This record gives sequence, structure tokens and C-alpha cells, in this order.
Amino acid sequence: MKKILSLFLVLLMAVSLVPMAAAEGVVNVFNWEDYISEDALKMFEEETGIKVNYMRFTTNEDMMVQVRTSTGAFDVVFPSDYTVERMIAEDLLEPINFDNVPNAQHTAQWLQNPSYDPQNQYSVPYMWGTVGILYDTTRVNGSIDSWSVLFGEEYKGEVFMLDSIRDTMGLALKYLGYSMNTRDPAALQAATDLLIKQKQDGIVKAYQVDETKDKMIAGEAILGVVWSGDAQYAINLNENLAYAVPKEGSNVWVDAMVIPKTARNKENAEKFIDFMSRPDIAQMNCEYIEYSSPNTAAIELMGEEYTNNPNLNPPQEVIDTCEFFNDINDFLPIYNTLWAQVKNAK
Amino acid sequence: MMGMNMPQWGVWAMALGLGVFLVMLFSSVRRHHGVHRSLFSWPYSLWMIVFTVIPLFLVAYYAFTNKAGQFTMENFANFWDSNREMKMQLSGMGFDPAAMGMGARGTVNVDTLVYSLWMAFLCTIICFAVGYPAALFMADRDFKLGPILIVLFIIPMWMNFLLRTIAWMSLLEDNGLINTLLQQFGFKKLKLMYNSEAVLLGMVYNYLPFMVFPIYNALSRQDKKLSEAAMDLGANKVRTFARVTFPLSLPGIVSGITMVFMPSVTTFFIPRVLGGGNTEMFGDLIERTFLTADNWNVGSALSLIMMLLILLSITLLRKVDPEGEGGSLL
Repeated sequence: MKKILSLFLVLLMAVSLVPMAAAEGVVNVFNWEDYISEDALKMFEEETGIKVNYMRFTTNEDMMVQVRTSTGAFDVVFPSDYTVERMIAEDLLEPINFDNVPNAQHTAQWLQNPSYDPQNQYSVPYMWGTVGILYDTTRVNGSIDSWSVLFGEEYKGEVFMLDSIRDTMGLALKYLGYSMNTRDPAALQAATDLLIKQKQDGIVKAYQVDETKDKMIAGEAILGVVWSGDAQYAINLNENLAYAVPKEGSNVWVDAMVIPKTARNKENAEKFIDFMSRPDIAQMNCEYIEYSSPNTAAIELMGEEYTNNPNLNPPQEVIDTCEFFNDINDFLPIYNTLWAQVKNAK
Repeated sequence: MMGMNMPQWGVWAMALGLGVFLVMLFSSVRRHHGVHRSLFSWPYSLWMIVFTVIPLFLVAYYAFTNKAGQFTMENFANFWDSNREMKMQLSGMGFDPAAMGMGARGTVNVDTLVYSLWMAFLCTIICFAVGYPAALFMADRDFKLGPILIVLFIIPMWMNFLLRTIAWMSLLEDNGLINTLLQQFGFKKLKLMYNSEAVLLGMVYNYLPFMVFPIYNALSRQDKKLSEAAMDLGANKVRTFARVTFPLSLPGIVSGITMVFMPSVTTFFIPRVLGGGNTEMFGDLIERTFLTADNWNVGSALSLIMMLLILLSITLLRKVDPEGEGGSLL
């Protein structure tokens, strides 16, 4: 009996050892699905001799749960702005030693000391972009420059909305003249009513996320709310498509690189972040995933092909109308409740 | 997504379950001085304990506790009025949610449940209406193509159901195969996708085999002499079917209905793909409550309510087929 018990205890201990198996010369990276150039990862391994363990997530919310609970599993993570803010508030992040990340100096001026990381201590921007309307130029009347096209009868049954709470509630708020980060219940109620009316009027064809770009390429709807990178991807494959950030303003977002407090390979993490901020590597990634680069030196390398493309490089006056998402913290359940009403309206 | 923010005791319960299991396993080996027949049931028992019984307790635990881990019935009140937590939170902040019209549309969860039950009911009826004649045909011994048809029914099931559902998309889309053909022949395009009908079609398509096979089994097992005897005694074909063939196939029908109804109620993903996310079924609601809203307590309460409803409907069905000859799952 004793033997059996000790065997069982050994087994238990062995199980608890598994997550600690991170040796030297490794960096555990946790990034969005399809969001990096594989060649850049290979080059990092060749140049530094550090092995990259690459893992993927699909939403900020999933990623947060993993980082909170899997102690030490990740050295570099790629959260979006409002999630960076949340992680700082929950004390999940380690300050970055910027002496080890000299390439962070290439970060564009307007993204230094951003609202989600005001002291610029915890994050280095990786990519950024906007939310806007992708439209079929052969089937629209007049110019698409306002969110109002999503709520009128003109494109009834021809609109793809994002199945994403912050983005869709955000654009409705913006259209009504409120902040995307509002904590005013009356504003939220008005946005909810607007979205429910839009649905009940039969304007929305579908609520989806990843499917929109491919369906827009196939001409399945006239208007689709998308992120700028998806828009550029679709435009490259169907020249009839165009992208606009509505004049009422929209969301501008940043995905940044951060180091969790529990990281086991902090030095390697800083090397990784520095490598990804190196101009030629930032260029590789940007050209591969087609979102906007925060790296001024990389933009210089890409030249006019980048700077002349307003989807990748929106003019400053467009950015000025846009807002970052802030961490709405205790209001998130309220957004969730109202969104459930939209999703289930008939 | 791993269930990693389960309470510490959940992890310990699993470890303890595993420990007790191992101790009992070893003592069994000692008692029988080696391998005994009962040993073969151990892997399955282990599987059940670790992956079914303990998780069920965890679901129940979450359903009856709040975020702080204290006992509460609130999660069920939140099921009934989906705005309840929001109203309480806003009142606590000094707002008057009722005056702002924020008390309206609080039946999201109940509506979704009713909608799911209705869709599952329709799906089961259609599957039965289509599946029974098909099974009758294929089970007929004079029909030589029967076995081949059965194989044709099985082959699509070798492919993952997600893929099969996505494949329907390219048929039903506005610019999909069917509409392109219609246009070619000068007809107007039809709105085939992004609605409840498309979701129902996807459900029937996916669950039809589960109706056909049990009925086919029950019918093909029937002794042909029985219907021959009925005919000899003067019953016509209709009467033979109504008095002999159909009653004898009841176990198969019960099993078929169970196997279609259960997965139908908990359907998710199909509404998102074929319904364009315009309607949610209870499965989607549970998923969203867990993953997006990050509310494991209400999510567990929803799951528990779902399980109870399924249990209830199966119990009712079992009254028709007390011996369980159709070989249903429970």
C-alpha cells in the first residue's frame, strides 16, 4: 500500500513539473493567428540561436485567460491596446528594459506614450490599423464616407457587420456622436436600439468576423465592416473593392508586444521584441500581413508603395477622428448584456 | 480554451479521483493475483470519472455559486431575466435603468431556449418524415440497392461535420452554385442563406443519418414472416404496415428521435455559418457566455438547465420504449 501511495505522489509531482520545462535558449511567443512572417521567425532563430516556441490565439479575451492561468508559459504576447491597459491594471506585465530594445526608437511619434501605456513602460507597438467599410465600387451610389450607409434602407440585406462587441457597439456609438468608450448608459441604450432596428429592418446580411473578407471578394454583399488589413487583402484580390474610414470617426487600434510578469526568459523576450522592431524585419512582417506599421524606419524602406496607400497609411486628419479603445473594465458586462439583445433580436 | 480557472479544489478533486482510482486498480490486481476480467472495464471507468463525472460536478458547482465561490441561486434568476445583473449594477452606480428603458428585452436567454427547442422539434419532425420512408425502402429485402444506399448514407459522415456545413455555404450563397444555375436558366436569385431556414436545412442534413440508421436496423431485423402472416390473414398492405411493421419499428423510432433531438437542441456553429449569425441557438449562447462574456457561473447554469431539459425529454420518450430495444444512448 505504501509503495502504491508513493508511486502516486511521484506521479503528482512529475505532473506539476511539466510546465517548468523551459530551458535556456528558448522564447515562448503567443501571437494572433496568421499574424507574422514565418521567414522572420526563421531569421530570428538563425541569427540569435534562440529557439522560438510559437503559439497562436484568436481573441484578446481567450489570450487573457491563458496568460492569467498558465504561469510562465509565455515570454512575449501580442495583446491589443485596451488589453494592454487591462493587463497593466491587473499587474500581469513586466516593465521592458528599453536599453535592450534599441530598435523601439523607430516607433512613430504618435504611438510613443499611448493612452493605454502612458509611461511607455510595458509595450512596443507591433502593428496598427483602423476599422472601416469595405465596399463594392460597382454597386454603390455616390461616395461611402459615413456610417449612415449601414443604417439606411438603400443597402438593405447587403451589409456584413462584425460579430465583435466592442467594434460594432463602437461604430454605432460613434455614428450617434458618442465616444466608443462611453460609460453613459443612455448612450449605450441608444446604440443598442440603433443596431436592433438595423437588424429588424433587414439591413444586416450577416454578423461575422473572418469570413467577411473572402465573401466580399466573391461579391456576396455590397458593404462590409472590416479591419484595414483585411480590407487591403480583399482589395488586392478584387479591384472593384475600396475601403473608407467614415467621417464620424472610427476605432484606431494597436497590437503591441509585451512581456508577462511570469515570463521565464525575459532577456530572450527583449531580444525578440527588438528583432521584430528592426526596420527590415518590421518591413517583412508588414508586407506579409498588410496592416499598418508603427515603425518609421520600416516605412521609409517600403517607400511610396506604402505611403501612397491611404488604407495602410491613412492621413493624419483621419486618424484624428478616430479613437483608441480603452479598457471599459466594469462596464464590459453591460456591453455584453446589450450585445446579447442585438444578437437575439428578431 | 482550457478550463484553467477552475477552483483549486477542482484540480484536487481530479487528482484525488485519479489517486483513488489507481489505489483501487492496484488492490484489484492484488486481490485477483493478476489480471481479472473486470480489469478490462477500468480504462472506461477512468475515462468516465475524470472526463464526465468530475466535470459534471464542476458545472453544478459553478451553477450554484457566484464569482466569490459562495452558494447562490442568482445564476438562475439571471437566466430568467438576462438584464438582471446589468440593472443591479446600474442601480448601484446611481442610475435608474427602468427610466432609461434598459429593463426591456430581458428575455434573451429564455427566448433562445424556446427557439432552440422549436428548431430541434422541427428538425426531428422533418428527419422523421424524410428518414422513415427512406429506411423503409432500404430495409425492404426486395430492394437490391438498399445496402448500397446505406453505404452512401455513411460515406459523408467520414468527413468532419464542420467541413460538410461549410460546403453548404458555397451552394446556398447569393453567388453560390444554386443561384448561379438559377440565373443561367433565367430565374430570379433566391435568398437561400443567412436565415433560420438555412440553419434548419443544415441541421436536418447533419442529423438525418441518426434518424435513418436506428429505424433501418429495427426494420431490417423484423421477421418477414410476421407481415406475411398478417397478409395471409387478410390484412391489406396499409393495415399490415399500421398494425405490424410500424409498431415493431417503434424502438428504432424512439432511438432515432432521441439521437436527432439531443444534438439538435445543443446545436451550435451551424447558425453562425448558414444563418450568418443572425440567430443564436442555445449552444451558441452557452459558448458566448463562457468565452466572450467570461461568466462561467451563468454559463454553467445555462448548461445545467439544458441538461435537465434533455434528461426530461428522454425520460418521456423512454415511456414509449421501456426496454430500450432501440439501443438509445442512456
